Amino acid sequence: MSITEKSEREDLGAAGAQLSTAPADTLAETPALGVLGWLRWMWRQLTSMRVALILLFLLSLAAIPGSLVPQHSDQLKVDAFKAKHPTVSPFYEKIGLFHVYSSPWFAAIYILLFISLAGCIVPRTWQFVGQLRSRPPHAPRNLTRLPAYSTWRTDASPEDVTEAARKALRGRRFRTSVTGTSVAGEKGYLREFGNLLFHVSLFGLLIAFALTSLEKAEGGKLVVEGDGFVNNLTQYDDFSGGTLYGADDLQPFGFDLDSFDQKYATSGPEKGTALEFKANIHYYSGTDGKPVKGEISVNHPLSIGGEKVYLISHGYAPVVTVRDAKGNVLKSIVPFLPQDTALTSVGVIKVPDALGKDGKPDQLGFRGIFTPTFALDSVRGPHSSFPTLQYPALVLNAFHGDLGLDSGAQQNVYQLDTAHMKQFTDSKGQLVSKAMKPGDTMTLPNGAGSLTFDGVKTWASFTISHQSGNEAALVSGVGAILGLAGSLFIQRRRIWVRAVRAEDGVTVVEMGGLGRSESARIADEIGDVALQLLPDAPVRPEGEPPAEAGTPADAEATADAETTAVNDDEGARA
Amino acid sequence: MNIAAAVNESFANNSNYLIRSAMFVYALAFLAHLAEWVFGGRSKVAVQSAALTAEAQAEQDAAEAARRKAAQQVTVKTAGGSTVTLERPTVVTRASASDRGIEDGPGAAGGSEKGDLYGRIAVSFTVLAWLLHATGVAFRAASVQRAPWGNMYEFSTTFGAVAVGSYLLLLALKKDVRWIGLFLTTSVLLDLGLATSVLYTNSEQLVPALHSYWLWIHVSCAIISGAIFYLAAVGTLLFLFRDHYEVAVTAGRAQDGRWGDIMRRLPSAATLDKFAYRMNALVFPLWTFTIIAGAIWAQAAWGRYWGWDPKETWAFITWVAYACYLHARATAGWKGRKAAYLALIAFACFLFNYYGVNIFVSGKHSYAGV
Ligand code: HEM
Repeated sequence: MSITEKSEREDLGAAGAQLSTAPADTLAETPALGVLGWLRWMWRQLTSMRVALILLFLLSLAAIPGSLVPQHSDQLKVDAFKAKHPTVSPFYEKIGLFHVYSSPWFAAIYILLFISLAGCIVPRTWQFVGQLRSRPPHAPRNLTRLPAYSTWRTDASPEDVTEAARKALRGRRFRTSVTGTSVAGEKGYLREFGNLLFHVSLFGLLIAFALTSLEKAEGGKLVVEGDGFVNNLTQYDDFSGGTLYGADDLQPFGFDLDSFDQKYATSGPEKGTALEFKANIHYYSGTDGKPVKGEISVNHPLSIGGEKVYLISHGYAPVVTVRDAKGNVLKSIVPFLPQDTALTSVGVIKVPDALGKDGKPDQLGFRGIFTPTFALDSVRGPHSSFPTLQYPALVLNAFHGDLGLDSGAQQNVYQLDTAHMKQFTDSKGQLVSKAMKPGDTMTLPNGAGSLTFDGVKTWASFTISHQSGNEAALVSGVGAILGLAGSLFIQRRRIWVRAVRAEDGVTVVEMGGLGRSESARIADEIGDVALQLLPDAPVRPEGEPPAEAGTPADAEATADAETTAVNDDEGARA
Repeated sequence: MNIAAAVNESFANNSNYLIRSAMFVYALAFLAHLAEWVFGGRSKVAVQSAALTAEAQAEQDAAEAARRKAAQQVTVKTAGGSTVTLERPTVVTRASASDRGIEDGPGAAGGSEKGDLYGRIAVSFTVLAWLLHATGVAFRAASVQRAPWGNMYEFSTTFGAVAVGSYLLLLALKKDVRWIGLFLTTSVLLDLGLATSVLYTNSEQLVPALHSYWLWIHVSCAIISGAIFYLAAVGTLLFLFRDHYEVAVTAGRAQDGRWGDIMRRLPSAATLDKFAYRMNALVFPLWTFTIIAGAIWAQAAWGRYWGWDPKETWAFITWVAYACYLHARATAGWKGRKAAYLALIAFACFLFNYYGVNIFVSGKHSYAGV
């Protein structure tokens, strides 16, 4: 070896460069003087692979607390957590641990990452376009330095060998370029393309995410069997608009809940586990569209008028008739909220117009539980043991006084504010409370009136949601997968073939290949190309006297060469 | 939908018997592998390790020592019908920079015939156990008439079957992976033991939110990804050990003890590293798809494709951690051991997402009864 180590590396340098468009390592660089120099240095650091790596790692670390601490999207859990951990909660609140994914520090990480990404993609794309337009780099001077290498002597002329090699490589869909009697071939540009596509798709995903959160509007509505809903702000139980989509943008449509089907496992260890929930509805879009039959079940939202309607939960609404002291009758259907999987439900009944015996307003309020299948035990008290209506019961306490509806403060329809109310007591001073089967009546003491439990209806609650960015997210996701597949499954590689006439007149064929270090196949491929060249450049038996150049001794040899299984130790190391 | 499908008790019972029998046979395979390691090539320890040291020394003296040759005979038929035998050009491969040029170890059997016999017996047992195992999973699926991954018990048994199946597939493809055998049988026994004792749930139907063909796609992809990530993680762990050993040997420190003996028989660090990379790179796109399929399912079930539910969050964390690993492999100064640590962290995230989140964190995903 006459070549020094250093020049060897330089030799490969030209041919080995740009096998990917990854940015060069900037570890050793120091900033130039001046503000501009510093800025440039910082930019180069930010867009380096190392910083991208660190930011990625930080991103995964930063996502962890949000999975362990309850998040503001589930306010009930956050409140429970705050009540349980009063000492750390203020601190958590301060550093945004209850809304990690919208906190400034989480945003800082991904924004930096995406700036880095942009600063990486743009130059890489230009570089890639440049590579597509230029030719594969020339063969390095010393092919023996390549990771896979082969050489043999033949009697064919260098020109013939070159031409055969070019054909062979083209036949294998390499891009080739011939200089003198050496051929350079390169293949697998799709790898780089896939990699760029993947990183661009990540950008697409971020944009889709942003779109979704800006335009997402969502509202909830509880509908009792037989009732309906019209898509109008006043009809919603709660509504939250997106920055770009508010109450004025609601589309006109509506639906009626005809009935609600529910099925549960009736035996086995998971008795009571839900099998099916289905809301049977009639819906219409526009202001006077014709009603169409439809159904909504879990996992199967219905798209009406461009919005999606999801089935969220369901429960029971006792039907009651209340009479006040003056005999005024009020019928009402009151949804109770389920507390457990057997649908033990709690609720309140408010009668704001009730009059007392003296004819003066004396509002009535009832609070209690409803159980579809009544059961009683000493630990849990009255509760439900199965979610369907096998033995329905309504257990109520009764109050009278001021419901507090006029105080101006927003009231929860599912809660009774008893601050200005008195609970009824019977003649012995016991609190009035009664468990009723359908048809039973609870009589209030001193002729204050009565409440009759007439029956039960089911209710279902729905989320009506406006969404956008879904398609953009899906397209980006698919792009990311395709890009990844290209990037990870395709190998970019180069093969060079050089034929030169040695001093004794015999042609020396040299062949070398370069791929990424993970590629084991480059050696196989070199072997295959060599095999393909043999008919045109047959191996010259050792020891024969040098024949005149260009004697195609075995030119007739057909290409159906049979080889024993390609044996290479790279393969065994695969 | 087979919501009302009656649970077929006898199928479920058969499934339980099959899984238990599979565990028994896996235990035999485990013992056979143990015998392979214990009886294989013990006598040669000192000689081989000395040879390796000498070889490593020679390596430093001459860079050319890294070349390996593979000469081949080629038969070319000529038009006249006579057959001329030509020598196929030799392809010389050079060790890359990450490669120390150290040969792969001889495998668990250590080149001894007796060890090899035990190894073969172990593989046969593994095949038998796997057949029982896979049939057990199929029976379970038949008994509930749905995909067998509705709860942690089913997920664990199916996961084990896929992991062993992937390993057997690699063996069938003539990949030299028998060195995983001992580690794999150990962990499958643990996995099934945990599944049948702690996580066991009777065959039952799923809550309505889990009735979706996206469940089928999403969870099956998660299981396959996990199984292959697992094989990669074993490769990575062994890479770290073997790398440590090779550094010591190259530095001329003797590694003669039992530990050195085990290490000597493993494939070279470069081979283990490549194995782990290939496995990880193979399933990373599938894992990406798993997350996207989950998002599509979430969209259909809950009206949003991403909600930072703990399960979703940990899938994302796992994904970013694997992206980190792949990035590290393309980053100067991060290849090798550092990248390997990242790969192990990423796999730990996967495991936590599966066990940790189901057990410690409550979210929308955790209603399938542990
Ligand atoms: C948004 C977060 C990012 C993710 C999730 C991500 C993910 C990935 C993944 C999975 C690969 C592996 C593909 C392969 O090995 O061929 C990869 C490769 C690559 N990434 Fe990223 N990346 C991100 C950001 C960046 C940034 C900011 C840069 C620029 C500094 C960058 C530059 C590269 C390059 C150059 C490669 C190819 C390396 C090679 O040639 O092997 N990536 N990325």
